[in-house]
Amino acid sequence: MKNHPNLTEDMFTPVEQKFEEAEKIARPSISYWKDVWNRLKENKLALLGLILIIIIGIMAIIGPHLNGYTYYEQDFTKKNLRPNAEHGFGTDASGRELFTRAWYGARISLFIGLMAALIDFVAGIIYGGISGIRGGKVDNVMMRIAEVLYAIPYLLMVILVMIVLERGLWAIIIAMSITGWIPMARLVRGQVLQLKEYEYIQAANAMGAKTSWILRRHIIPNTMGPILVNVTLTVPTAIFAEATLSFLGLGIPAPKASWGTMANDALGSILIGNFYQLFFPAFLISLTMFAFNVFGDGLRDALDPKLRK
Amino acid sequence: MLTYIGKRIVLAVVTLWVIVTLTFILMHSIPGNPFAQEGTMPEAVYNNLQSYYNLDKPLHVQYGLYLLSILQFDFGPSYKSSTLTVNDLIVNGFPVSLHLGTQALLIAIPLGLLFGIIAALYRNRWPDYSSMILAIVGISVPNFILATFLINYLAVELRWFPVATWKSWSHTVLPSLSLAMMPMAFIARLMRSSMLEVMSQDYILTAKAKGLKKGTIILKHAIRNAILPVVTIVGILIANIVTGSFIIEKIFGIPGMGEMFVTSIFNRDYPVILGSTIFYSAILILLILIVDIAYTWIDPRIKITGESK
Amino acid sequence: MKRKLSVGLVLLLFIFLALSGCFSGETKNEPEKPTAPSEEGKENEQEASGPKILRLNNNEEPGSLHPGTAQGTHDSWILEHAFEGLTKKTPEGEIIPGIAESWDTSEDGLTWTFKLRGDAKWSNGDPVTAHDFEYAWKYALNPETASTYAYQLYYLEGGEAYNSAEAGADLEALEAAVGVKAVDDTTLEVKLAQPTPYFVDLTSFYTYYPINKAVQEADPNWYQEADSYVSNGAFKLTEWKHKESMKLAKNENYYDRDKINLDEVHFVIIDDENTSWQMYQSDELDLVYPLPQDVIGQLKAENNPEFQIGSDLAVYYYNLNTEKKPFNNVKIRKALSMAVDRETIVEHVAQGGQLPAYSIVPPGIPDVSGDYQENTGKLFEANIEEAKKLLEEGLAEEGLDKFPAVTLTYNTSEGHKMIAEAVQEMWRKNLGVEITLENVEFQVKLDREKAGDYEISRAGWVGDYVDPMTFMDLWVTDGPYNDANWSNAEYDKLVNLAKTTMVQEDRMKAMHDAEKILMDEMPVIPIYFYTKPFTVKPHVTGIYTPINSYPQFIFADIKN
Repeated sequence: MKNHPNLTEDMFTPVEQKFEEAEKIARPSISYWKDVWNRLKENKLALLGLILIIIIGIMAIIGPHLNGYTYYEQDFTKKNLRPNAEHGFGTDASGRELFTRAWYGARISLFIGLMAALIDFVAGIIYGGISGIRGGKVDNVMMRIAEVLYAIPYLLMVILVMIVLERGLWAIIIAMSITGWIPMARLVRGQVLQLKEYEYIQAANAMGAKTSWILRRHIIPNTMGPILVNVTLTVPTAIFAEATLSFLGLGIPAPKASWGTMANDALGSILIGNFYQLFFPAFLISLTMFAFNVFGDGLRDALDPKLRK
Repeated sequence: MLTYIGKRIVLAVVTLWVIVTLTFILMHSIPGNPFAQEGTMPEAVYNNLQSYYNLDKPLHVQYGLYLLSILQFDFGPSYKSSTLTVNDLIVNGFPVSLHLGTQALLIAIPLGLLFGIIAALYRNRWPDYSSMILAIVGISVPNFILATFLINYLAVELRWFPVATWKSWSHTVLPSLSLAMMPMAFIARLMRSSMLEVMSQDYILTAKAKGLKKGTIILKHAIRNAILPVVTIVGILIANIVTGSFIIEKIFGIPGMGEMFVTSIFNRDYPVILGSTIFYSAILILLILIVDIAYTWIDPRIKITGESK
Repeated sequence: MKRKLSVGLVLLLFIFLALSGCFSGETKNEPEKPTAPSEEGKENEQEASGPKILRLNNNEEPGSLHPGTAQGTHDSWILEHAFEGLTKKTPEGEIIPGIAESWDTSEDGLTWTFKLRGDAKWSNGDPVTAHDFEYAWKYALNPETASTYAYQLYYLEGGEAYNSAEAGADLEALEAAVGVKAVDDTTLEVKLAQPTPYFVDLTSFYTYYPINKAVQEADPNWYQEADSYVSNGAFKLTEWKHKESMKLAKNENYYDRDKINLDEVHFVIIDDENTSWQMYQSDELDLVYPLPQDVIGQLKAENNPEFQIGSDLAVYYYNLNTEKKPFNNVKIRKALSMAVDRETIVEHVAQGGQLPAYSIVPPGIPDVSGDYQENTGKLFEANIEEAKKLLEEGLAEEGLDKFPAVTLTYNTSEGHKMIAEAVQEMWRKNLGVEITLENVEFQVKLDREKAGDYEISRAGWVGDYVDPMTFMDLWVTDGPYNDANWSNAEYDKLVNLAKTTMVQEDRMKAMHDAEKILMDEMPVIPIYFYTKPFTVKPHVTGIYTPINSYPQFIFADIKN
């Protein structure tokens, strides 16, 4: 601060230092989550993501009813039509209307993705958190159990479940969830192991805080970053785990459609130059991905107490 | 440290045994007889097959016999191939999958880390955006769709690479690329968010204040800590890639373990299923052990053997 | 704002990909452009001076390349070119001498005597003798061999008894009682269980191929590796990289070697139909069969000269489990059958020039005069009104007020899926009947059919020999292939008559009558008769497609 012409010394008076005021917090008190929401609102991109998610969600609900065609009616005189005024997304090899099918598929794919993410989130945090905090024997046993479950090959597990249950939506979700939460648990555990050594955790422990309180108050907010990134990536992972299952013939049975089964059905059409059949499900998957990613990023930034301005 | 490793090895063996048992039970409860065929098999022939493969003995006897043969590293004959034993199949298939997986990882890890770090360092500027676009594409496009596109453009139209099989180095390019996209994207995103977390930590600020060069800060402090969550995921990604790249192997006609494994599930070829499950699990357990040891090296504050206080 | 740029870029990426699709609207089948030299250069260009190599895809790793234990087309395609039986077929389907140069039969049709040619040799130089045939046939019938196709040899006297021997039976005695004997090195005497007019046709089937007795006795695993592989046909197996590739080379010891033009045949093993087609497009394969569903339609529509439709001897049908409600009721079964629009399925789904099936025996079998299937004509008509009526009546008879929930099971494949979806929709639209679809692996489907654990299942049957009996035999009471579990005494009687007489007129009439009964009762719903659509590169000639096997390349040639 050099000699600034407009500022003179007499413009400044020293603030009186009173003892009571030393501990006063100058900002208005604000709850943790309100702060989060405020910060989220400022992030234009995250808002875009949220809006996209909402739009896709709405379309999933009303989309299939929009143009009067059903998702299952076949009309072979109209097969493999390129997108036009009548059929915005074109038709498939059986003459089914693709716009309607795409939004019907949205319902199914989104449902699978969200359910899988939810189960992963809850189960992973609880399991990984407890395991990490307790450490020692408890940690060992819990992680070994997780390892065993995880080492049973994913596909085997899925097929078994698919055979025992009737093939359909819930079979797929359950099959994916049985081992899907384990990466999250490992991640949380890793983070917890790291954080456990921080002084403020040790201090809280020394002050006699319960495990669950420490988890809730300190560990989870501080691990939210990687966890949320993980969750927002679980949704797409689940959606195209389902696409993979469809490729193997284990997907949703006809005539229901998911984006995965639509993409799989469309693979052959590429060979004859019909990219539009693959484009729409693939594009919708990416758009949904983008939306969740961007929203997740924003959420993470908003949740990080250290970034608080 | 040595007692730690010793304990872990014992645990690993126990885990493997649990996995073998579980898979054995699961395998014998899936409906579907591997010897079903068109027409009927004469009773005598069927009985012969059953006794040849020990299927006529009570379940616990079969189990015991199987454990014994495993201890001698003999995984038994395949039901489907009169020419190859399970050992043959694994010995033939694993190196191929290993090659494919390693090549994919050699693309995915360095590039993923690089993109993640750059994105974090140049946050909200164009390197961040372009890296994240790539990541989004990598995550949103299922690998079999990507593979189809790659084949269609790079192989069929441009003739830069052959379409399929595993004969020469140029045959390995497209499959490795297809397999590498998703892990790379995943790693990039995770590394980016992890780096951002770390960079906002106090000790980084301290280092800057101390006047350390930016490069040193990044290398010695930031990356080392940021890499922890990534290290967790890498272990799992490796396991998945090496043996689970069945879809890529199927599309490109690559004679690896992933393809063999899933085919065996569809054929109810129990010995192959069991053999590859055990093999796959052994690898996974080994990898997790390595990852856990890597934890302590990277972050000396973690005391894995420590009890919670 | 910059993030919006990235949204735009992602969109652009996809738009680019989509647009580029617009420019490649046709299948890529231009005549070969000179390919850039690559490591596989030798494979991609056929120089005038280079060896003639045919490149094919076997689709799957062979389960067993032993004629006695072979399991299906992934084995037989190679076996048919590496081995030769007593007889073989011309491209037109006529039976001509193979290893046997002549044969005759006794008056009662029970004893056949084959005279083998003297100059037939194994690929290792050994002469092919009648002992090799006797040995091979008995080996396949041995219950300890567990041969899938042993039943093909039940035509022999004592064949079934030997193969079905109980534990503890005197196998040696049973084996000695089997009706095949090598009288001397070049004479084979065969005794049949009953007169079988199509027996000579059967001798060209791979279960009837010979085995080099000396080789097998010295090394029981001779067939598992190329090094030890010994065969007697036009080609020999020179390389076998398991699950990866196989190579055949011209057998210099084959008696007709001068007629063989190819030097080598290279097989890859690519399971994925789409990839196989793409390899064909990039000139890495010379022939593709089977073709992906979508491609067939387009190739046919554009009259692509490389696209050929060979004939087949097979019928695509749905089993109705007559032991489960509501399929115990004839009217309901017929109603379902009549509500299927086969023309649409053939034209828009299967797209390979198949023939809609209104009977069960496919075309291609000679009748007393003319073609058997043509003579049969349509045994029923599709009629939606009639179907609705029948359905109502049938449901009333069963005391049901609406159609119960049933599942249609098919084995996982794009083609089967599309047909099942079409049928499902037809039944929904035309009859108001809603069914669920279920796809399972082939192995599982077989198992469930055997166990009767299904309601409707998709099936297909390829004729083993060129006679209607190979189809009629399927549905006799308690027949091993009678998955519909249907039984009709009159049908059994007619089929048995056709099996036990040598008089063609009587046989054919009996089978025509039996087929009428079958279609009146409709335990199975025929959909179409198969064809064999495939593509082959223009520089490859001489490929022919016999009606019940894969494209044969024995006399193929490669022009430059």
